[in-house]
Amino acid sequence: MSQSSTRRGMGFYLLAAFFGLFVLFLYGPMLMIFILSFQGPTGGLTFPMRGVSTHWFNDLWTSSRYGDLGGAFRRSLLLGVMAMAITAVVCLFAALGFRRRFWGAGPIFYLSIISLIVPGILLGLGISQLFQLLGLRLAWWLSALGAHLSWTLPFGLLIMFAVLNRFDGSWEEAARDAGARPWQVLGLVTVPILFPGLIAVALFGFTLSYDEMPRSLLTVGGRNTLPIEISNMTTNVTTPALYAIGTVTSAVSFLVIALAFVAIAVIQKQRSRARGRTE
Amino acid sequence: MSAQSPGGGSRLTPYLQVAPLALIMLAMVGIPIGTVVLLSFWESDGISVYPAFTWQNYRDVLSTGVTLTLFANTLKYAAIVLVATVLIGFTCSYFLVFHVRNLKWQIGLFLLCTIPFWTSNVIRMVSWIPFLGREGLFNRMLMQSGLTDRPLDILLYSDFAVVLTYIHLFTLFMIVPIFNSMAKINPNLIEAARDAGASSWQILTGVIIPLSRTGIALGSIFVVTLVMGDFFVVRVMSGGQSASVVSAMKNQIDQLFYPQAAALAVLLVLVVVLMVSAILRVVDIRAELAR
Repeated sequence: MSQSSTRRGMGFYLLAAFFGLFVLFLYGPMLMIFILSFQGPTGGLTFPMRGVSTHWFNDLWTSSRYGDLGGAFRRSLLLGVMAMAITAVVCLFAALGFRRRFWGAGPIFYLSIISLIVPGILLGLGISQLFQLLGLRLAWWLSALGAHLSWTLPFGLLIMFAVLNRFDGSWEEAARDAGARPWQVLGLVTVPILFPGLIAVALFGFTLSYDEMPRSLLTVGGRNTLPIEISNMTTNVTTPALYAIGTVTSAVSFLVIALAFVAIAVIQKQRSRARGRTE
Repeated sequence: MSAQSPGGGSRLTPYLQVAPLALIMLAMVGIPIGTVVLLSFWESDGISVYPAFTWQNYRDVLSTGVTLTLFANTLKYAAIVLVATVLIGFTCSYFLVFHVRNLKWQIGLFLLCTIPFWTSNVIRMVSWIPFLGREGLFNRMLMQSGLTDRPLDILLYSDFAVVLTYIHLFTLFMIVPIFNSMAKINPNLIEAARDAGASSWQILTGVIIPLSRTGIALGSIFVVTLVMGDFFVVRVMSGGQSASVVSAMKNQIDQLFYPQAAALAVLLVLVVVLMVSAILRVVDIRAELAR
């Protein structure tokens, strides 16, 4: 390499400064509401802090002003777990199937892409009216779950495609040649090799569902999910309780992201150690 | 196709493997979109809807100047946000791919840009309030520095706040695809251009930008569709002063005018599809991705 690998010029520092500013732009505001959520009982929506307390966190769960936050939180967690499990399983098999040519592959792929492009509220309207026409009742565990899957499955599918791009099918062939049955090939070869990718798909499945709002709005029926409760709060609540619920829900998201990253890192480490042993 | 097909099993296997996805997509995307189209031809009196076949909803939507204003406003947001996110996304990706040499650092900083994707958009939007408000941090800094003696009102609950929030929420949809296509550029190409006497600027415009166009196109599709599909940011961050197509549609839904809302939605989707196919005409994403 010439120039680029010898010394860092002005360009590097200018670009690094720009990138730093972008990261600040990305995280700064979030950090600010995390701090403000520990506002004292008399504090307001902006700085300065009037003392430090967990008053607004207590307020969230004890006051009746915010509706059924606890219930909404439980429902969102449950929906996230259901969407995660379904997304991981359905996308794994679908992506495996897409490796071969079959009738209808194009339309199914395009339907998935359309689902990403169409405004969420339009799909919500469609699903809710469809339920109405069929005489079915809207419920968070059915119509809203379906709406969430219309959002998580296309993402999961695209990631699974990327994961399978780097997957060598000859491992499966070797297992088959050695006499493994299809389920053994899947359980003992394919899934273990693809496992880090599956964790990534599961991460998308959970977090996209857990934070989903536009598609849920018209499909939840009577019982709201947490993002809907929070978006109602943005117009009704003028206390730091709004930031407190933001801190709580972001903490859940960050915990899930961290768990996924750690799990993938542990698997990669074990693999590189195993490789070291065999060499 | 080779004789030994990947995955093994019979000819029926791929159908069984894809069936769950196909069924869910059909039930939750295909048929609901069809329902919206159907609904756009029905009649309503503001209380309930009646099966019919009328073009009246489209006539209503198209005959008012309001619709044109809504589309113009939405397209204005999309254009501004598109330009800003392309510039920011390209610059950040360029820095990560060509200036961060340590692979661990490169992946780490890339993930730093993508982590907010897995958190709540509503909360990320709300987090601008303490910064932009009348009593907010930015106004306080302006006043302390003596630049103004009164707080600026246009920071929050304005078009400025809407556009800023969009850029904040959607730039990562630009960074990820541009980063991916830049990372695939063979370093030897840049080396060859430099050996042939190309300046850094010539390398940028003659090699890197053309080879990043798939990423730019993919990111543009994401950003345009996300901005055009939003109703929540424009409603909250403009303080109800501005409207977009979808926020107007949401109002009609709230007033139970479902057929009119459906007609507006169908028009919007047509416009979005036209824009996406215009982008696809410029860049053949499928061919480029397969490379």
